[in-house]
Amino acid sequence: MRYLPLSADDRSDMLARIGVDHIDKLFADIPRDKLLDKVLPLPLAKGELEVERILGKMAARNKTASTTPFFVGAGAYKHHVPATVDHLIQRSEFLTSYTPYQPEIAQGTLQYLFEFQTQVAALTGMDVANASMYDGSTGTGEAVLMAHRITKRNKAILSGGLHPHYAEVVRTLSKMSNADVVTLKPDLRAKENLIASIDEETSCVVVQSPDVFGTLRDLKPIADACHAKGALLIAVFTEVVSLGLVTSPGEQGADIVVGEGQSIGNGLNFGGPYVGLFATKTQYIRNMPGRLCGETVDAEGKRGFVLTLSTREQHIRREKATSNICTNSGLCTLAFTIHMTLLGEKGLRALAEVNHANAVMLAEQLAKLPHVEVVNEHFFNEISIRVKGDATKLVDRLAHHGIMAGVPAARLFPDQGLEDVLIIANTEVNTNEDRAALVAALKEAM
Amino acid sequence: MLNRQGRPTAPGSDSTVIHKTFTGNRALQQIEPLIFEIGSMDQTGVDIDAPAPHHKKLGAFERKAPIGLPGLSEPETMRHYVRLSQKNYGIDSGLFPLGSCTMKHNPRLNEKMARLPGFSDVHPLQPQSTVQGALELIDTLAHWLVTLTGMDAVAMSPKAGAHGELCGLMAIKAAIIARGEEATRKVVLVPDSAHGTNPATAALIHFDVRSVPVREDGTVDPQVVAELAGPDTAAIMLTNPNTCGLFEKDVVAIADAVHKAGGYFYADGANFNAIVGKARPGDLGVDAMHINLHKTFSTPHGGGGPGSGPVVLSERLAPFAPVPFIRKTDAGLQLVEDEAEAKKHGAHPFGRMTAFHGQMGMYVRALSYMLSHGADGMKQASEDAVLNANYVRACLADLMSLPFGNKPCMHEVLFDDTWLKDTGVSTLDFAKAMIDEGYHPMTMYFPLVVHGAMLIEPTESESRASLDLFIATLRDLAIAAKRGDTDRFTGAPYHAPMRRLDETRAARSPVLKWLPPQPILEAAE
Repeated sequence: MRYLPLSADDRSDMLARIGVDHIDKLFADIPRDKLLDKVLPLPLAKGELEVERILGKMAARNKTASTTPFFVGAGAYKHHVPATVDHLIQRSEFLTSYTPYQPEIAQGTLQYLFEFQTQVAALTGMDVANASMYDGSTGTGEAVLMAHRITKRNKAILSGGLHPHYAEVVRTLSKMSNADVVTLKPDLRAKENLIASIDEETSCVVVQSPDVFGTLRDLKPIADACHAKGALLIAVFTEVVSLGLVTSPGEQGADIVVGEGQSIGNGLNFGGPYVGLFATKTQYIRNMPGRLCGETVDAEGKRGFVLTLSTREQHIRREKATSNICTNSGLCTLAFTIHMTLLGEKGLRALAEVNHANAVMLAEQLAKLPHVEVVNEHFFNEISIRVKGDATKLVDRLAHHGIMAGVPAARLFPDQGLEDVLIIANTEVNTNEDRAALVAALKEAM
Repeated sequence: MLNRQGRPTAPGSDSTVIHKTFTGNRALQQIEPLIFEIGSMDQTGVDIDAPAPHHKKLGAFERKAPIGLPGLSEPETMRHYVRLSQKNYGIDSGLFPLGSCTMKHNPRLNEKMARLPGFSDVHPLQPQSTVQGALELIDTLAHWLVTLTGMDAVAMSPKAGAHGELCGLMAIKAAIIARGEEATRKVVLVPDSAHGTNPATAALIHFDVRSVPVREDGTVDPQVVAELAGPDTAAIMLTNPNTCGLFEKDVVAIADAVHKAGGYFYADGANFNAIVGKARPGDLGVDAMHINLHKTFSTPHGGGGPGSGPVVLSERLAPFAPVPFIRKTDAGLQLVEDEAEAKKHGAHPFGRMTAFHGQMGMYVRALSYMLSHGADGMKQASEDAVLNANYVRACLADLMSLPFGNKPCMHEVLFDDTWLKDTGVSTLDFAKAMIDEGYHPMTMYFPLVVHGAMLIEPTESESRASLDLFIATLRDLAIAAKRGDTDRFTGAPYHAPMRRLDETRAARSPVLKWLPPQPILEAAE
């Protein structure tokens, strides 16, 4: 077996050195009747070529985003990732290292985490960011728990514009930890009155902008209303590229900002792994979940970096920890920070502008179609339209013709009266030809 | 001395004095500033065409203030991260005996497979008819996991080990709620030797943690469990093999005791690598167990993630598995994504762990590893992992102290610091001296049940020659420590990119991001 260096001779010599005559003597603590006496009924070892054939066949059964006009978003976005990113994250020293518990031989990881934290704090307009969460949805769950710890209250209010998977993660976590959640109805037109639902028991309000339907939300009045009642505003985003063009949640008064960072540096990967971004104000640092990297010096006075404030964490505090989190999204974090370094402020703004321009053009073209209504007034790169008939069937029909038209809202909000709503993302990868193909196909199908 | 071209090659002096360099660099070890110190707001490493003319639809939300993100050109970016990488130690650099973390070889075939566009370039919300191959991959991996563990079902979506623990405990809580016992069954038994994530997870969803002391031999006593378990007991969380590197030999009796009290048996599968193909958790009475694909099944640790923590479930817990899950239909594989749809098929999901469907990129890598090894190869891998750990034990037992006696261990061997008593060298010092010798240290000060723990897990990826050199190195260090050669330890590391870092200072006044240098005010005259 190509991954196992020991030879048969090595094995018998080593057993002799240990002082046993059979490998199973080392497994003697396993109850005799539980020790398997034959190989399990699964395929036997294979060479590289054969593995490539098997997995290649499975891969070939999927329609890839790069080979069609592709407008699917709603929480994960198709963007172009520079070749440099994937090359660098595959360097052995990054790929095969562990959580940097031994900082003297992990400064590579620690320095990029410090840079990542600084980038995320700047993007979100917050004081501090952690070294990443699993993804945006689990980060949102952690943010709600954090708000409960800070306010010593336990009711969260979720906007009807929050991605329903995110809302469901929060509800699951809350149900299991005896916390209350109020989820507002799906809010297609950003008309909900969140402020009216905030009361003295409210720990936090969770608002997504751009929301799941693509609409930009005004966070400032909600932040003010939260603060007047002693609650916190948790601002969520699923499209981080929007922050290149839109006022940061921090400037609008958010107390905790959580987002999905997949769009920068990371591929679609059928939903994971992604990278959760998490930022807050200085006064809440000690209530934060997740790894934090901080600056210090070594014995010679040279600047270096270490994991810090670990007294919040499970390996020190056990059942009194702020979170059970151990792993972050290391390599996805690296991909994010490399791509962001390549972009810089100038590149990020340019990228965001192209995304917005493409979405504006598509919205204008769609608005001209009979039986189509664009619902968003203000948006970044994603819009929702009402179509004639069932949007799910429409998407299936277009997929059959090689066009990925978007996400039917009913897939995310089943049985909520949104059967005729289609969520359409438009990024820098979409060409004029892609848009023309989508518009023509929609026109023909309705 | 001249070479064939007639040029001198020998140094002009025999001096061994190490001179300070002008740059502060030391050949391949280069000082690398932060991107904020070398980048600029006008620089970019990405060429993007200007957008077509358009009327902005941003309303009042257009960003006015600068963000503060410096850019670098492509060659500068390349150099920055390559230099950073050279300050890191990975499995590919050398032996990485980090106990309980299973730092085994990460096959590059896995990376190649995960990058097939059919897996990497598909969206989680595409029509299901266009991703049947992706669903097939998840379903196939699920079959391998269920077969290797002898369990009934698997919840695939948890994002990491601790997330899997959370998923497993939530399934247990849902089952308890379904039994109408949530008001009374609130206690989770956790042995003192458990990973910190176990009690933290239990507390996160409001279970009360009750500690189970570990007996003299490093394992859990079923008598003690039977005494501690009762009508208030929701579950026990037991790591097996445990963090002392020992198989819980009374695991069946422990399972029976918990089941008899009406509770569930959660197994922490972090150490599954020791027993793949040798024993099945399902045969040992386990109700739920997470599997770290990034440990046992070779997906890369990536400097701290991403992980993946599918949870296998017993028949009793399977109905409560979260959405999404895959079911086979005549029309192909169906991904069931919401509760209403799940209920149509007789399931009672407790909720959802994450957006979308889990860590697809990690699933591909894990299945690539499984297909490569096969059922036979994985059994061999477990045997080699256990063999290597025992070889290290046998070769060091005369110099270092084994808290539970010199007897067979599983895939990791635990030493304590009794043997360092009165040497002036601590476990931390010993670990830092290992760095100078070119090794990543073992896990230190964990588990908490022994003093100054040193937990060594060589994994099956090490050759005999590699182990022999490692053993010889530790023997040399151990003898030096006992001889009183303390400087070699207390000041270590001397040869790493950095000397020992001041962690206390970092925590006392946290600096968690780069701040622009403050202008230095001239002192008034």
